[in-house]
Amino acid sequence: MTRKLALRTIALGYLAAILIGPLILVFFRTFEHGFVDAWSAVTTPDALHAFKLTLIIAAVAVPANTVFGVLCALAVVRHPFRGKGLLNAVVDLPLALSPVVVGLSLFLLYGRGGWFGSWFLAHGIQILFALPSMILATVFVSLPFVVREVVPVLREIGTDQEQAAATLGASRLQIFFRITLPALRWAIAYGVVLTTARSLGEYGAVSVVSGRVAGKTSTATLFVEDRYQSFDMIGAYAASVVLALMAVSVLLGMNLLRKKEGVR
Amino acid sequence: MRAPTALILGTVLTYLSIIVALPLVALVWSSGGGGAADFWSSISSPEAVAALKLTLLVSVAVALMNAVTGTLIAWVLVRDSFRGRGVVNALIDLPFALPTVVAGLTLLALYGPRSPVDINVAYTRTAIVLALLFVTLPFVVRTVQPVLMELDPELEEAAVSLGASRWQTFSRVVFPNLLPGILSGVALAFARAVGEFGSVVLITGNLPFKTEVSSVYIFGQLESGNTSGAAAASVVLLGISFGILLLIGAVRHWTTRHDA
Repeated sequence: MTRKLALRTIALGYLAAILIGPLILVFFRTFEHGFVDAWSAVTTPDALHAFKLTLIIAAVAVPANTVFGVLCALAVVRHPFRGKGLLNAVVDLPLALSPVVVGLSLFLLYGRGGWFGSWFLAHGIQILFALPSMILATVFVSLPFVVREVVPVLREIGTDQEQAAATLGASRLQIFFRITLPALRWAIAYGVVLTTARSLGEYGAVSVVSGRVAGKTSTATLFVEDRYQSFDMIGAYAASVVLALMAVSVLLGMNLLRKKEGVR
Repeated sequence: MRAPTALILGTVLTYLSIIVALPLVALVWSSGGGGAADFWSSISSPEAVAALKLTLLVSVAVALMNAVTGTLIAWVLVRDSFRGRGVVNALIDLPFALPTVVAGLTLLALYGPRSPVDINVAYTRTAIVLALLFVTLPFVVRTVQPVLMELDPELEEAAVSLGASRWQTFSRVVFPNLLPGILSGVALAFARAVGEFGSVVLITGNLPFKTEVSSVYIFGQLESGNTSGAAAASVVLLGISFGILLLIGAVRHWTTRHDA
């Protein structure tokens, strides 16, 4: 049993050194000089604007990728077609691709001289260094999560119930909304939680396309970096704590959903 | 039957083209804009090569370290029981949920210039490894854990009762079952490490030839106006990412075949 204890100590020691220790210290440093300082650091107009922008971006990216995710899973599982392997690889790509590469790709497409950039510029629509490109970047990086959660469940539930409903005269839409969608609800919810976490935390891709105008195109993560670069450590730490608390609530949500999934 | 299929497939493909495919095609196109010779000189510049070498080196190191620590943590979470195990289990996913730039900042707080434990690794290669270990922590744990849960402890007990040593039991009975999970976790961790940006950008100081990884190099080239150089280096990373995804697909194919 001492061996078991030794392994447990190594595992927990590793987690403490690399994960838990640093986080606790950031919480400590944030409130070192009192709660008021930390609070005022994250309620400056720039900070509030940054958090608002992050929420706006997530509010567009998450629903878009949720609808896409369900449709894509349906296409992959229920409607076999040629080139499915390629489609799968493209869907997975945002998981493996550097966010800076994602940002640069959008920069090249929508920038001055880019294929779409010149057209939008001629029509006076600002994509790059503005909200649209930041949304596009976030949608890109958070794209795979709903698909990846829904595909295995869709495979598992099979088509028996749907076929039964069809023989009883249900229309395709009725079958989808009364049979398929309810069976997928926890998988979708889990995917939505992951998509939200990724959207709120995106940094590299958004950093490239945003142009980093404080109070205009700065998101919560960019705000953290900006405060750090300006040696405002309380601001950087306090904004980090807000983001970390969001991350912890995401974890709680994931655990709740996992339990529900188990119950089902 | 046909109409809804076409509608769904059309929507999916249009969305994917606009969001993912078109920007990447634009990237590849821009990288080749100056011809093959320009592309080659971009990716073979000493700074780009040094950055790529460092990226691959630390990513391999981090992936291999994850194979060990990830398997160990998964084992402790499944086979051991102690108070607070549920909390630890939930915390494993934290690096997925925590913004990368926050991860970098938290590591800098504990292992940077103002370290309370007197360890300062800021602006060194150790810092890169540390940051990458943080962000890749969940991959191997989460691919090994389910396999270990399914694995019957009686199998190990049988091996022990037949006279196998603890090491033999692990290497001949447990490990072969875990290998596919470890491999796909390691591949995912490697892919993530190669592209990682947010957590390393603050903690490494971005010293060319010393602590500059490829993603940071690309960012720097873009900032200094060398878009074609940035695009060329990006295409290399894109190729690596695609290669790893194909590899993971192959591993999955191989393991499902063995299951059958």
